[in-house]
Amino acid sequence: MLRTFRIGGIHPPENKLSAGKKITPLELPKQVIIPLGQHIGAPAQAVVKKGDIVKVGTLLAKAGGFVSANIHSSVSGKVNKIDAALDASGYKKPAIYIDVEGDEWEDTIDRGTTYIKECNLPPAEIITKIADAGIVGLGGATFPTQVKLSPPPGSKAELLIINAVECEPYLTSDHSLMLEKGKEIMTGVTILMKAIQVTKAVIGIENNKPDAIRHFQELAKEYTGIEIMPLKVQYPQGGEKQLIDAVMRRQVKSGALPISEGAVVQNVGTAYAVYEAVQKNKPLLERVVTITGKGVTNPSNFLVRIGTPISALIEAAGGIPENTGKIIGGGPMMGKALISPEVPVTKGSSGVLILSKEEAKRKPIYDCIRCSKCVNICPMGLNPTFLMTLTEFSNLEAAEKNNIVDCIECGSCSYTCPANRPLLDHIRLGKGKVMSIIRARKS
Amino acid sequence: MILIAIISLGGIGAIGAGFLYAASKKFEVYEDPRIADVQEALPDVNCGGCGYPGCPAFATACVNADSMEGLFCPVGGKDTMDKIATMLGKEAGASEPMVAVVKCNGTCSARPHLNTYDGAQSCAIAASLYGGETGCSFGCYSYGDCVTSCGFDAIHINPETRLPEVIEEKCTSCGSCVTACPKNIIELRKKGPKSRRVFVSCVNKDKGGVARKACANACIGCGKCVKECPFESITLNDNLAYIDYMKCRLCRKCVGVCPTGAIHELNFPPKKEKPVEVKEETNQN
Repeated sequence: MLRTFRIGGIHPPENKLSAGKKITPLELPKQVIIPLGQHIGAPAQAVVKKGDIVKVGTLLAKAGGFVSANIHSSVSGKVNKIDAALDASGYKKPAIYIDVEGDEWEDTIDRGTTYIKECNLPPAEIITKIADAGIVGLGGATFPTQVKLSPPPGSKAELLIINAVECEPYLTSDHSLMLEKGKEIMTGVTILMKAIQVTKAVIGIENNKPDAIRHFQELAKEYTGIEIMPLKVQYPQGGEKQLIDAVMRRQVKSGALPISEGAVVQNVGTAYAVYEAVQKNKPLLERVVTITGKGVTNPSNFLVRIGTPISALIEAAGGIPENTGKIIGGGPMMGKALISPEVPVTKGSSGVLILSKEEAKRKPIYDCIRCSKCVNICPMGLNPTFLMTLTEFSNLEAAEKNNIVDCIECGSCSYTCPANRPLLDHIRLGKGKVMSIIRARKS
Repeated sequence: MILIAIISLGGIGAIGAGFLYAASKKFEVYEDPRIADVQEALPDVNCGGCGYPGCPAFATACVNADSMEGLFCPVGGKDTMDKIATMLGKEAGASEPMVAVVKCNGTCSARPHLNTYDGAQSCAIAASLYGGETGCSFGCYSYGDCVTSCGFDAIHINPETRLPEVIEEKCTSCGSCVTACPKNIIELRKKGPKSRRVFVSCVNKDKGGVARKACANACIGCGKCVKECPFESITLNDNLAYIDYMKCRLCRKCVGVCPTGAIHELNFPPKKEKPVEVKEETNQN
């Protein structure tokens, strides 16, 4: 019997159209737009100015606080300007525009394809290298990795969990990376184990990727302490707390961090980025992005430089389909509609999904019939319909008491509602308001 | 028999009365009787416009305060406050009648729509997702959070322009629309003599070119109005002009020089020699 998390969950159609497609490097664009806020936390501070010549891997912006990350140039060329640019948030935010000239890399980066297995650095040095490389959680949450690897005093990590679940429908970027860069990922995992000083790691893979499971089980024979755990397909298994429950059979308490249960969770893409940063001195400047959708001529997995406009990806996958209703940044469950195809690929972009007009259309909203489907499927054990009503009537105190801040915004409630109620839209709003009240109370 | 009943019941009654009397003395909660009087004088709509949670709380604050400075019921206005002040033997604080002003003139024709939003019809939800259907990420979303928040039926969305309009007679300047608007477009401004007002009807902080491209009526931060103003009441911050209503003397010179028509004048009689004046000023510049 395969494991999965024990509260709620759904199983939407998987639609992994680009599964098994090889990772193809995307042609360099003419100009890249690199936003300064690509991670959770304070935006980075620019250290280059207009007219500067940069190489691939040059530091563009320094972390602007403890929870922040460095940003490096993904191309070589000239800084055109530092100006506001529309990003996936739907707002204009400061970004660095670089005109691409050639493809010249910093000398410190090892561009060779030789695989380096051994790493003899002490933990502190590994974490510094990861921080310097600007690595963030590549599953989509973009939380700076070095912060996650330095547990707060008094807590001790027991187990490293590698999130190779990729539970979002359509997306296959992690899957393709696992098939092609298995050895590198395994080394990345051992480096991460060293950094947090644990002897055990579990790689959780959903069993809709049998080829990846087989491949990793084969590889794991050469490593000690790394276990491959096939998991039953269930959304949102990629959620940190859900994965901990599935793997360790432990529930992280409301408001607590995973470390309170001794777990550190890292995405499989992050493990690969850690390998490249520590063994090859390569900062995070490119990532695998899935471009998919039922109308897309050629759904693919591209290796894309950060800052490439999404329109370039769409072009490479066969152009924008005629009947396009929405372009989603991310997957269909947690992704966000983009207002312009010129939005750049950032560290957190795992995929681009193109939906037809029919697929994208919202269905008419009816009254709640108290069927409690949303209550049954909520993976955090919340009462979504109640939380939505509380937010609608601005009863934020009650919303706080009913743990609205625990919501992981997975969208399962809106997906399952037979009356098509916009549950998550309201809950997200209420959660934001309650969080600002909590912050105000603390300060 | 009857006597026994009368005595025993009377006795129980007397003991009970004595107990209740003692308890009422011991656990007495004193409430200033003036609070009830003040509450009576208040409009009793519990809108929260005064900054207190409802009329009873405001009445208590009035009675307990040393001076009435800073205490003002926007719904009742100056008359009510004078009445309360006399009642309490205090001096009523100085107050200007205020009114809600919508600082966006991005009408449908001025602000072309670039995308369509079909999510939950609430400005706050839309604002948490993106910058809106037009190129201007500061302007009005038109889903009417202000309309729902208004307890006095004083603000409505004009179906033609898709912008909210305030009915001045009904607006009590309680400020609930100001808090409801996620884009901070609505501001409470001094009502002015004969309801005459001059204000910058735009909140776009983008650079001039970007703002202009997104909306033909946007403030482009050119600073002409700042130079024109004889009373130094206009300031320019983040490519956006702001008229300080405490300093503005309603001369309307700024209205004429604004190249995009972002500065609005309200309730003024039509200017007769306006076209001539505008020409002269532009020549000077």
